[in-house]
Amino acid sequence: MNLIKNNALGLATLALMFGFSSCKPKNVGSAVSGDAASKSYVAPGKYDEYYNFVSGGFSGQMSVYGLPSGRLLKVVPIFSVNPENGWGYSEETKPMLNTSHGFIPWDDQHHLDLSQTNGEIDGRWIFANANNTPRVARVDLATFHTAEILELPNSAGNHSSPFITENTEYVIAGTRFSVPPDDSNGDVPINTYKQNFKGTISFISVDQTNGNMDIAFQLQCPAVNFDLSHAGKGVSSGWFFFSCYNTEQANTLLEVNASKRDKDFIMAVNWKQAAELIKAGKGRKQAVKYASNRYNEKTHTATSTIKTEVTVMDVKDFPGLVYFIPCPKSPHGCDVNPTGEYIVGSGKLAALIPVFSFDKIQKAIAAKAFEGEYEGIPVIKYDAALYGEVKKPGLGPLHTEFDDKGNAYTTMFVSSEVVKWSVKDLKVLDRVPTYYSPGHLMIPGGDSKKPTGKYLVAYNKITKDRFLPTGPELAQSAQLFDISGDKMQLILDYPTIGEPHYAQAVAASIIRDKSVKFFKIEDNSNPYVSKGEPTAKVVREGNKVHVYMTAIRSHLTPDNIEGIKLGDEVYFHVTNIEQDWDVPHGFAIKGAATGELLIMPGETTTLKWVPDRAGIIPFYCTDFCSALHQEMSGYARVSPAGSNVPISFSTGTNQPKSDSIPAK
Amino acid sequence: MKKHKIFFAFLLIGSMAACNDSSTKTAETAAPEVVANGGQEAVKDDESAKDIVKVAIGSKDHTTLVAALKQADLVTSLSNAGPFTVFAPTNAAFDKLPAGTVEGLMKPEKKEDLQNILQYHVTLAAMKAESFIDGQVLGMVNGDNVTVSIKDGKVMLNNSATIVASIPASNGIIHVIDGVLLPPAKK
Ligand SMILES: [Cu+2]
Repeated sequence: MNLIKNNALGLATLALMFGFSSCKPKNVGSAVSGDAASKSYVAPGKYDEYYNFVSGGFSGQMSVYGLPSGRLLKVVPIFSVNPENGWGYSEETKPMLNTSHGFIPWDDQHHLDLSQTNGEIDGRWIFANANNTPRVARVDLATFHTAEILELPNSAGNHSSPFITENTEYVIAGTRFSVPPDDSNGDVPINTYKQNFKGTISFISVDQTNGNMDIAFQLQCPAVNFDLSHAGKGVSSGWFFFSCYNTEQANTLLEVNASKRDKDFIMAVNWKQAAELIKAGKGRKQAVKYASNRYNEKTHTATSTIKTEVTVMDVKDFPGLVYFIPCPKSPHGCDVNPTGEYIVGSGKLAALIPVFSFDKIQKAIAAKAFEGEYEGIPVIKYDAALYGEVKKPGLGPLHTEFDDKGNAYTTMFVSSEVVKWSVKDLKVLDRVPTYYSPGHLMIPGGDSKKPTGKYLVAYNKITKDRFLPTGPELAQSAQLFDISGDKMQLILDYPTIGEPHYAQAVAASIIRDKSVKFFKIEDNSNPYVSKGEPTAKVVREGNKVHVYMTAIRSHLTPDNIEGIKLGDEVYFHVTNIEQDWDVPHGFAIKGAATGELLIMPGETTTLKWVPDRAGIIPFYCTDFCSALHQEMSGYARVSPAGSNVPISFSTGTNQPKSDSIPAK
Repeated sequence: MKKHKIFFAFLLIGSMAACNDSSTKTAETAAPEVVANGGQEAVKDDESAKDIVKVAIGSKDHTTLVAALKQADLVTSLSNAGPFTVFAPTNAAFDKLPAGTVEGLMKPEKKEDLQNILQYHVTLAAMKAESFIDGQVLGMVNGDNVTVSIKDGKVMLNNSATIVASIPASNGIIHVIDGVLLPPAKK
């Protein structure tokens, strides 16, 4: 105990000393210069230049910001329920959060990857990972709606995910926690990691016509922790690179035990060859259980299917498929430059940044320049794969992205800075402080074949003293830099939701004009749709009461409902029959143990309500939809069980007999 | 508008002074263009169902009404979320007024009178023709009342104008009428 404490203290002292002696940012004084405001200023009514998609971390959601203004445009619910719009609460969306463990209301969303064609962002979809209960989601960028969530068997801690191949042929997901495969007896002593645990990489195919995902195959790899990954591109097309830590194969106190080896690995996978082997019928069918959840835009309804088989190839049985490359000290970022020639490993405990050459890796493989094997996989000699090292970049390199001028930018967690360096000669060109402790950084297109060179955003974990204090928990921050000149310039600092990890951004023009304004009511094929007020109705089926309700400015039809009895389950199927952009309606009823509905124009969604007492229960539209939104309401009458009040429903006609002429 | 330009010029000068050591500043970081103000009627959207203003603009029988709405600055309001019921006199209905009435109301100094008359044709709530009841009193946007009567299945307003057609719009309903409703004289 004492020893550990002392070690930690020693390390911290060392880091501090280093930080002050060699890594003090040179340009602290000019951290914010006079024209920063005008550079991030987007006039009221003007659009931003870029959509910026930011992972929500422990919020489970994805946020969308405009750049350079930093304005929050939307939070897209993905892995966590969102009572604000009924995600995970409405009958139609509950299946999206189904898993082999049943319904799960939360997850930890770390990384995002925009779909690409020929290595360039195409704006069709963005993929998101769930870290805790391994899943990958696809968000449709015409509707900004989660379209699909796919669970991953044989995985635990889906961290090295969801990174795509150059043409979005596959989304790749590597497990952070190695575990015994799902079809083996997992009831083994934890300290039998080396014998019983495996590290699985999933290759998820993407149907190019509709985006539908399926697990094409899985690679069973030695038990290590996969951290991050990126596809090869251009010259390294057909390969995939994964950072691996805990090659010590520790199963306890990883803080110490997974940091023992001088070098961990980058794992290089020839995925084109893997795909061909699968096509040739290789691999074994394994019995597993995982959920495939898809949202249908016509029925506005999700379906969850439990699938039971996956094809697995054990990589040690297929020579030439996988190689390890030594990489110093628990690499996090594993980033490939725009040409595909250079692979950058960011060892978070390393004092340098190694840059590997794809050409040298291929030559080393051909010449069998191996230093040995790890769990039956050849390990390429470090020097045989290395292009060179960035010396003294700073402390705690984490993640690297690229600009359009041959430069790389790396976050330094420990020394709180972004370091710009030249890929060609590996010289540090500039460094700029961040406030404080950045994790990932992002350049629009910065992990594609065609990066931009105007903005960089660093995502900071610590914001002590940066914003007005809000108690013990402070918002994490994004810091926007202008990188168009020789010197990086901080131009904006703004808080984020949840905890941002990886992020993506794309020119607004790629997405803006195809954004859906409303759903066409004639295309709505929800079984409970009511396409107009004349078809609104209330139907009893045993103890289930189905209300086919419409919403339009500014009334609900029906708005007087009688004949509901205690013991009934009432389903309000509300169709927003507006055909107008930006006019959602909401729905809530007193005492309902669920979130509200927020119904987009043309959409049908369903709220389930089990009344718990007899009486008159009001319901209303929760959205400030119109001048008369306070009038957009109604009453349900609940009678005791066994009552003979018949089902009846109406709007506007259930008037008191003595007062048929309303005064206004 | 002028104010904005001055503000940006100031910003620019400020930035040049503060960063004169930087060689990379170019004119492209100049002030973003100033935005022209427009109400919701200026939103570019060819996909959504048409609102009351767009429906009226598309009607060749309502050119007088549309011109009057513009003159009275009511276009932005009627492009709002609503919901509105608008009684829309046809060109022929306006023509029935004494000669010179419309021309007089269109003069800038008569803007308030024009607004009063046009707001007398609008009420909040989307009321379908079949939902009107004989004897119903409608509170109009200008503060005065219109009385509904039903004769031979036709809906009449103030016994002076009849609903001849009803057109749903995204933010309410237009009832086309064959006469202009004149608000009661101010007390
Ligand atoms: Cu509403």
